[in-house]
Amino acid sequence: MPMDWSPLWISLATSVCATAITLVAGLAAAAWRERRRGPAIAIVDGVLVLPLVLPPTVLGFLLLLLFGRNGPLGKLLLAFGATVVFSWPATVIAASVVAFPLMYITARAALEQVDPRFYEAARTLGAPEWRVLREVVFPLAWPGILAGTILSFARALGEFGATLMLAGDIPGKTETIPLAIYFAVEADEFRRAAAWCGVDIAISIVLLGGLYYWTHAQGPGRLRWARR
Amino acid sequence: MALELQVEKKLREFTLDVSFSAAEEPLAILGPSGAGKTMLLRCIAGLERPDRGRIVLNGRGLYDSGRRADVPPSGRRIGLLFQQYALFPHRTVAENIAFGLAGHPAGGREARVAELVKRAHLEGLEARHPGELSGGEQQRTALARALAIEPEALLLDEPLSALDTHLRSQVEILLQETFAKYRRPAILVTHNMEEAYRLCSRLVVLSRGHVAAAGEKEAIFRHPPTLEVARLTGCKNFSRARVVADHIVEATDWGCRLRVEQPLARPPAYVGIRAHHIGFAEAPAPGSSAENTFPCRLLNSSETPFRMTLFLRLENGPGEPGAPHLQVEIFKEKWERLRASPQPWHVQLSPESLFLVAE
Repeated sequence: MPMDWSPLWISLATSVCATAITLVAGLAAAAWRERRRGPAIAIVDGVLVLPLVLPPTVLGFLLLLLFGRNGPLGKLLLAFGATVVFSWPATVIAASVVAFPLMYITARAALEQVDPRFYEAARTLGAPEWRVLREVVFPLAWPGILAGTILSFARALGEFGATLMLAGDIPGKTETIPLAIYFAVEADEFRRAAAWCGVDIAISIVLLGGLYYWTHAQGPGRLRWARR
Repeated sequence: MALELQVEKKLREFTLDVSFSAAEEPLAILGPSGAGKTMLLRCIAGLERPDRGRIVLNGRGLYDSGRRADVPPSGRRIGLLFQQYALFPHRTVAENIAFGLAGHPAGGREARVAELVKRAHLEGLEARHPGELSGGEQQRTALARALAIEPEALLLDEPLSALDTHLRSQVEILLQETFAKYRRPAILVTHNMEEAYRLCSRLVVLSRGHVAAAGEKEAIFRHPPTLEVARLTGCKNFSRARVVADHIVEATDWGCRLRVEQPLARPPAYVGIRAHHIGFAEAPAPGSSAENTFPCRLLNSSETPFRMTLFLRLENGPGEPGAPHLQVEIFKEKWERLRASPQPWHVQLSPESLFLVAE
């Protein structure tokens, strides 16, 4: 039987979209969090990091409640004639929610590393807050932000439980590599499962190697100033 | 052009409670570290919010606790030079300077950066990153960056303290040029009284959050109003004093009577004299005595390249035998002559150099 490559493309498309969403949402949340202190923030923090510690099945169940026919968001989308459950966007939603805490935690740590005097200087020079973030804080924090992005991508690529519950296993539509492996094993197609495992391991090695290269081993270039 | 302020802010160990105004000539805020100087600058720049008070720059209310007005730092148009420069490490010298020029049209921006680079003597360094600059070059870049926004007031937080002696005088010259050309309120914060004196004409002495003295620098250095200000402006020699007669005080810690020039407006608590104002006289003829001249012996000395610091004990003075009464600074040439003459030497505390201060 010829190999059906669709799980690879679905996985890559899902991970790219989910990473883009977590990057924006994670940075915004981390930048918002940086400016605040107090006990209420600790609760917000806990909620934002929750997907990291909850079993993916719990997340999948909660997402089903949220996006299902009778869920608040599901009803809202239905009003526009859209259903999310068992569709490709569901894989993106599941992967985004699961990957978000990694991006948020790494970005927050990276922003905390930036010396406050840099953004104070930018403010006294007349820069509005969005410019302080875009031109001073994010560039100074970018090795950390990059690390968070790659970790989020890797996590999105490996997402299984929540995806299965929210998006199901529809070959050619929602079947990502992890799902393909699980159902290949279940159908006793060990060779197919092994092939997908090999693909997954190869992608992960490239990603983590790239992460190391970008943050440590890069030659004289954009990181030149950061090493001083 | 004027900056007026009245600021109150509770800090951990004391309350910052300061009010003064700065006009076109540069003003130095002198005080020991931890006196609240940096916090005061941060309040003016808008990086900290005072508990109460009012900050007005050229008639523009920047902060007013009564009217709940608080202009954010980006809207204040105040140039702030940070103690450690705070140059953006990921931007070149030119990009750092251009940061505040975002609103300018592109062509005008380049010309303006070139002008600022020239004025700060940074030609040829435009493409360097801050990590590739010396301390003095970094400070000059920071100054050019702050001046780029044409600030209505300039605040400098210990601008010279991180530089070594050679670079310090270079940056000092640049600051003098800037102040001369700039003619807007400029406030320099420093713990170094010589720096304050060289760069500024007016002085505010800050101690534990309050203004201990304010006014023309000459007046403050010549006649410090209080013991605290005298100490903060570098005076080393004090004795408790009791008025004996018109222009005569008894210095109880030194065990002598002194004639003083300064009129005795109110009962003084202390008499003081600066270490480099103390002179030496020939021994008076036996049986006679010269005015304000007393025999003394050398207890200790310390040497710097051009000067000597001597710790002297007055022969008839009270207190523990090993404790010095006076600290004297003299040039090496004078020291060479002095050491050749036999002890006791005779110190002369001239009436015009002595000053009287309240508690």
